[in-house]
Formats: sequence, C-alpha cells, structure tokens
Amino acid sequence: MADTATATAVDHHDDHGHSESFWSKYIFSTDHKIIGFQYLFTGMAMGLIGGFFSYVFRMHLAFPGSEVPFFGIVSPAAYNSLVTNHGTIMIFWVAMPVLIAALGNFLIPLMIGCDDMVFPRINRLSYQIFLISAIVLIASFFVPQGGFGGAWTAYPPLSSEAEYNGTPFGAPMWLIAVTLEIVAFLLGGINFITTVMNARAKGMKLYDIPMVVWMIVIASILFMASVGPLVAGAVMLLFDQTLGTGFFDPAAGGDPVLWQHLFWFFGHPEVYVVLLPAMGVVIEIICTFARKKLFGYKMILYSSVGLGILSFFVWAHHQFISGVDPRATYLFTTTTLLISIPVALMLFAMIGTLWGGSIRFTTAMLFALSFIAEFLIGGVTGIWLGSSGTDIYLHDTYFVLAHFHYTFVPIAIIGTFSALYYWFPKMFGRKLNEFWGKIHFWGTIIPFNGIFLPLFILGAAGQHRRIAGYTAYPDLYTENFQDLRVFATGSLIVLILFQIPFFVNFIVSLKRGQKAGPNPWNANTLEWVAPSPPPHGNFGDDLPQVYRGPYEFSVEGREEDYWPQNEPDPGPSETSK
Amino acid sequence: MASHSHPSYLKIYIMLLVLFVISVAGPEIADIMKLEGATRLILVLITAFGIALVKAYYVLAYFMHLKFEKIYAPYILLSMVALLFVFFFGTATDAMKSEGHNWEKTPIVLPEDKGFDHHDDHGDHSHDDHSGHDH
Amino acid sequence: MGHKIIATGRSATGIPTGRLAVWWVIASEIVIFGGLIATYLLNRFLHGSWAESAAYTNTFIGGANTFWLLTSSYFVVLAHSAAEKRDAKTARKYLWYTIGLGGMFMGFKSYEYATEISHGFTLFTSNFWSFYYTATGLHGFHVLCGMVIMAIIAENDIKKERNWHRVENIGLYWHFVDIVWIFLFPLLYIAK
Repeated sequence: MADTATATAVDHHDDHGHSESFWSKYIFSTDHKIIGFQYLFTGMAMGLIGGFFSYVFRMHLAFPGSEVPFFGIVSPAAYNSLVTNHGTIMIFWVAMPVLIAALGNFLIPLMIGCDDMVFPRINRLSYQIFLISAIVLIASFFVPQGGFGGAWTAYPPLSSEAEYNGTPFGAPMWLIAVTLEIVAFLLGGINFITTVMNARAKGMKLYDIPMVVWMIVIASILFMASVGPLVAGAVMLLFDQTLGTGFFDPAAGGDPVLWQHLFWFFGHPEVYVVLLPAMGVVIEIICTFARKKLFGYKMILYSSVGLGILSFFVWAHHQFISGVDPRATYLFTTTTLLISIPVALMLFAMIGTLWGGSIRFTTAMLFALSFIAEFLIGGVTGIWLGSSGTDIYLHDTYFVLAHFHYTFVPIAIIGTFSALYYWFPKMFGRKLNEFWGKIHFWGTIIPFNGIFLPLFILGAAGQHRRIAGYTAYPDLYTENFQDLRVFATGSLIVLILFQIPFFVNFIVSLKRGQKAGPNPWNANTLEWVAPSPPPHGNFGDDLPQVYRGPYEFSVEGREEDYWPQNEPDPGPSETSK
Repeated sequence: MASHSHPSYLKIYIMLLVLFVISVAGPEIADIMKLEGATRLILVLITAFGIALVKAYYVLAYFMHLKFEKIYAPYILLSMVALLFVFFFGTATDAMKSEGHNWEKTPIVLPEDKGFDHHDDHGDHSHDDHSGHDH
Repeated sequence: MGHKIIATGRSATGIPTGRLAVWWVIASEIVIFGGLIATYLLNRFLHGSWAESAAYTNTFIGGANTFWLLTSSYFVVLAHSAAEKRDAKTARKYLWYTIGLGGMFMGFKSYEYATEISHGFTLFTSNFWSFYYTATGLHGFHVLCGMVIMAIIAENDIKKERNWHRVENIGLYWHFVDIVWIFLFPLLYIAK
C-alpha cells in the first residue's frame, strides 16, 4: 500500500518545513491538526448550508405561499428535499465531522502526548472520502427532479421507489453520499481507537486519559459497532432503488419495516455517538473553569460505557407506530427509560463538579453550562416519547421535532461553540474576543429557546412534522398557532443574525486576537504543554511523560491551583506539609 | 509466534478439510437415509452450522493466532458478534411474528394487486392467505 | 517513510499497532456481514420456500470454493511463518499461491454466476436470489480487494525485504474473508 510517490512527498515536506506549497501544507497534509481543521471548516461550511435550509422552510411555514427571500416559492417537493437534507447534513456532515472528526483529530494526539495519529495517511484518506461524500450530497440537489425528499430516515417504499419519491437521481446519490460518509468515519474511527489504545504517552494509564478522549473513543466504537447492519441495509436499498430488487418490497416478499430496524439499530446509537464527544468537551471545560477536580471520573466513564451498551437495546422506540410487535414495545419502553439513568448520572457529575468550585464565566464556560441546562430539557421531554403509550399520540409531531432539537442543538451547536472558544487559542495561537463571544452566546441561547419552545406547544396540539402546506388543515391553521410559527421563525432569523458576530470574531481573532501562551486557561491536560499553535510533530523532540490524572485542580499545598499532567512529582521535602 | 506451542499448521489444515467434508456430506446422508422433519433438520443444522462454528473456531484460534493474542482482540470480536445477536432477536420479535393475542399484522392488498399471489413459491409467507378474511 | 511517526511505533496494549487496527477492521466487517446474514436469516425463517431456492445453488461449486479458500488460508499462514523467519522467497511464493487460489475462487464464482443467470436465476428472480447475489458479491469484492493488496505486499514490500508485519496483517484479513465464506457456504448452499 506504500505508494512511493506520497511517501517521498511526506519525506520532502518534513525535511524542508518552510518550502512546502499551500497544497502540500493545507490540502494534502497528513498532519492531524490540519486534517482536523479540514474537517472543522468543511463541517462549518455544511452547517451554513443546513442552516440556510432551515431558514427557507421555516420562512415557508411562517408565511405559507409567499416568496422566501434568497430562495423563492417553496414547492412541496422542494420542502421535502429541504427538510430531508437539513436533517442529513446536520447529523452526518456537521455534528459528526465537527465533534468527532475535527475535535478527535485535533485533540487526541495532543491530549495523549504523541506526535500524530498512528496512521496519518489513512487519516488523510478518511477526510478525502468525507469530502467526496459532501460533494456528492451537494451535487444531488442539482440533478433533474432535485434532491432526495424521503426524510433522513429514508423509509422504504418512499425511498426505494422513484415513482413515490419523485427523485430518480437524488435518492441514490443521497444514499451513496451517506455510505461514503460512513466509510470515511469507519476509517477515522479505527485510527482514533488504535491511537488511543496504543500510542499514549509514557505513564498515561487508562484513568489518566482526559474525558473528552475517552468519549470520542467510546463514540467511535459505538459508531463502528452499530453501523454495520446499516451498511448492509444501504447496499440492499441501493439495489432496490437502482436495480429494482425487492429487499424491502412487500410485493416481492420483502419487509419494509426491516429497513427501519436496520436504520434505527444504527440511528439510535448514533445519537450517543454525537452526544458523548459533546459531553466530553463540556466536562473538560467545566473542570478547568470551576478549578475543581472532576466529580466521579470513573463513574462518568462507566456510565458512558453503560450508556453505549444500553443504546443498542432501545432502537425500536422510533418505531412504536410502524407496526412492530406490541409486546416488543414494552421491552423497548423499559430500556429507553433505563437509558436516562446513565445520562442523568453524567449530568449530575457535571453539576457536582461545579459545587464549591471557583467558577469563571468565560464564554466557553457559559456555553458548557447552557449545554447542561438545554440538554436536560431535551432529555426530560424524551420521557414521553420513550413510553409507547404517549408516543402513539406524539409520534411525528412537532413535539418530537422540538425534543430532538433540544438534544441535538446543545450537542452540535452549543458543544461545538464551547469547544471552539476553549481550544481556539491552542488551534490558532490567539484568543477569541470574550466580549463579542458573550454577545454571541446570549444571541444564540435565547433565540434557540424561542424557536423550539413554541414547537412543543404546536406538537402537543397535534401538528404533524412533515406537512409542507398545513393551510389545508383548518384545525392547524388557526391564528394562535400561526403566531407561534411566526415567533419560531423570527427567533431563527435572530439566531442566524447573531452568528455573524461569531464569524467576524473568528476571522478577526485569527489575525488580531489577543496572543495566547501555551496554557492560557491554566489547564492540566497535555495539549496545553505544546506551544500554541502546535508545530508539526506537536511537542518537539521530547514527548511529554504523564504523572497524574487530568483534573488535579486546587490541590492543597500547591501554590498554583492547577497541576499539569506532565509535571513530575516534587521531591519528598516539598510534599511534606 | 514460533515460541508458542501451537499444533502445526498442517494438522489444523487437515482437520479443517475433514470438517469440511463432513459438512458437505451431512445433507447428502440425510437424503440417503431418507430422514424427514425434525431429525433431518437437526442433522443438517449440526453438520452445516455446528461444523461451520468449529471450523471458524479453528481458523480464528490457530490461523489467526487469536489463542495467543492479547485478550483485547477476542473480546473486541466477541462483543461485535454479541451485538449482532441483539440486533437479530430485537428485529425477530417484529419481523418473524405476524400475529399476537389481540392483533394481527395484515398486509395491505390493493384490489389491483391481487396478482401478487404468484410470488407464493419464492416469497410470501402463508399468513398472507388468511389475511383479509379474519372476520 | 523518512519521517517516522513516533506514535505508530508505540504499543501500550502489547499488540502492534498495525495488527490492532486490523482487528478493528475485522470487527467492523463482522457487523457489516453479520447484519446482512442476520437479515437473510430473518427472511429465511419467515419464508420456508427459500429452502427450495437454496436447492438450486450448486453445492459442488460452493464446496470447491470452500476448498480453495481453506487451502489459501493455509498458504497465507505459511507465508506468515516464512515472513517471521525473514525468508522473503518462501513468503512471496506462498503469497502468490494464495492469490492464485483466490483467483480460482473468483473463476469458479464467475462460472457459477454465469450458469445460474443462464438458468434464469438472476438478481431479480426472488428475494433469495437477491440475497444470494448481494452476499456472495460483497464477499467476492472482499476476496478481490484481498488479492490486490496481497499482490502489492508481495511485490512492493516483501521483494524489497521490508514491512514484514504486513504479511501477518493481510493474512488476518484473508482468514476473516475465509470465515465469512465458512458461514455463507452452509447458509446458501448446503442448508436446504
């Protein structure tokens, strides 16, 4: 597999670090940090597309029939396509690349104290496949009859028969894009897991690994273990779509509900695949800015492992009204309610960490705290949806939609922002502006609640989430409900406008932000040992050695309130206090 | 791996070949002995799938050196297999059971779709025949 | 590779990094093939008539293919033990034997597909045949990938007497492909 051409290219730019071109430095680099940035910026660009989609269909819902600025009239087919691709993009091309791939690539080698991923070229390949998948997805919007509109869950027969979904080209392209994305993340995940298992710094035992690294590894394992049946299912669905086989066609003896099992066996663990890294980010930030040792390191670790295992037993709660065996719904209701225990344990451990800490309200900390609060709303509203009785009423209403946005927005948006504000100094050597950061924070959190709280009410009132033109349903088109929709849409526009300060802040701070030293937050983990931004190879010639756990804050008898992992223990004379 | 005391690869290979012959012969013997019903099923299951498991074990343990590998590797593989069982049994409750105490999964048969019955020999299960006239 | 990544050389678990990664690759493949086999089994139990379709598959060719793969597994393990002794010539010989047997497998498979299609059993005949072609096709694709990678290792690495560990890693992958066939064979051919 050693293609000598690239091998010599690697040699070349290692030896002459300054003479390398833009292409070999930023596009075809095997440096884990550059690959992390590639994922980050691709994810942010896809996030803009997904956000634009949500703006278009929310405008359409608030002002049905009128022209949406920058888009035009939204036809029902366009509405379906927009909703489908909003969901797909936000999960597969925003949450996963940013939270797992970008953070994982950037942080794992730095935090476990080694110079790169164990397979740098597989890492690059993973990003390239991911980029191709994104291009295929975007291209699918422009083929005849438009992009796929059968919801991100792609239930057959709607997804398998072109005469139902009306997108003979968009649907297979969507499926190919998703499959390529899965392949990219399998490659990346194998790299993450192997790196953490084998390449840890000298002295770093299992319980000295920072929580965010643990979480990314557990998430990668979950992803790998759950996605297999979906890959098999995607091949079968692709054959159904393009060749005309009948795997999911009842007329040929197939079972359409089988796809739902294949999909949700992946789809539910997938929720935890993106949740866990966000949890890890929040834990890091809370420990640093509460200046306190993490409350219950092992408990959090074991509950996240338990969460991962339990997540394989809950998938059919997405299918309570799809005609699954009613007796199986008892089982899946029970496991679904059980899964709130490990999540609650983790959230309580975060709150326990805050207790008695000396809390610093930096922007990163504000985002981390709001993650706990908002995610709690998402988790608690899930109880109605996990119980099969109430779910029969609430299924596929805006209540479900508001519920999972209260989980996914904290994960993908709030978690990402807190990570960016926290690690930006490490990534680019300068701090983001805190004043504009706080404006961005409040401008994100308040409108976010403004969007989705009204949708809970609409959902409880029975509005189905996939109706493009509900003006035909007089029960749903009352003035009160319409006011709620307009309010939600207005909040969305405010939220989008408040992202402008963030992007301006981001770009300006790249060049003119306050210079940051290696350890601007006085944190303990190993990435703060390396210079900011870390050079190729991260730590120079002598890689750090680890002497203690990652969260030794405010240890009695020390002058500083932090104790970096790589600092050797003081001699016996100093410790005798 | 030379330091490990595993049996010679040739022995394992010959054993795999013998097992392979048995697994092919199983259903043939069942036909020759004119076995029917449960006995035939048991014989086929044991010779085909029981022996497949044994063969897989020998390849994994000796050819792939899993027996001499660090304990992580077999655990990784076993946990994946365990998850498949979770998937299979979770899905089987739905896919395999077509009727319960108070309910029945009724396939939708549109008037113009009556012609689908010709799939009987390869496809649809027998419940289809009873559907629609349960009242 | 001139610049050696230090991370790749570390081994906190005691398993060399390359081999550990192959175990994870195999783990992810287990769920992919396993998902396909599980859905096949669900359908198979549901539709008793599939046993009759399975009777049309050619047990002789399936058996011959099992034999090729078992033998190739034996050869690849011999290649591995030759590589451990740093015997490039023997290792390359056995790797090419393995590739040859993989070629035999693909040849028999193509003949089998051709006869089946000419007898009217195509991808679309029934869901059994859809599963048959999907599962064997996916497996055949893995055999082909293994052959290509093995040829690259034999000619690029072993000939130049470097990267000896790659023989073991491709061997593990090849054994896994063999194990998948060990299960596909009774499922599609002998259980009727």
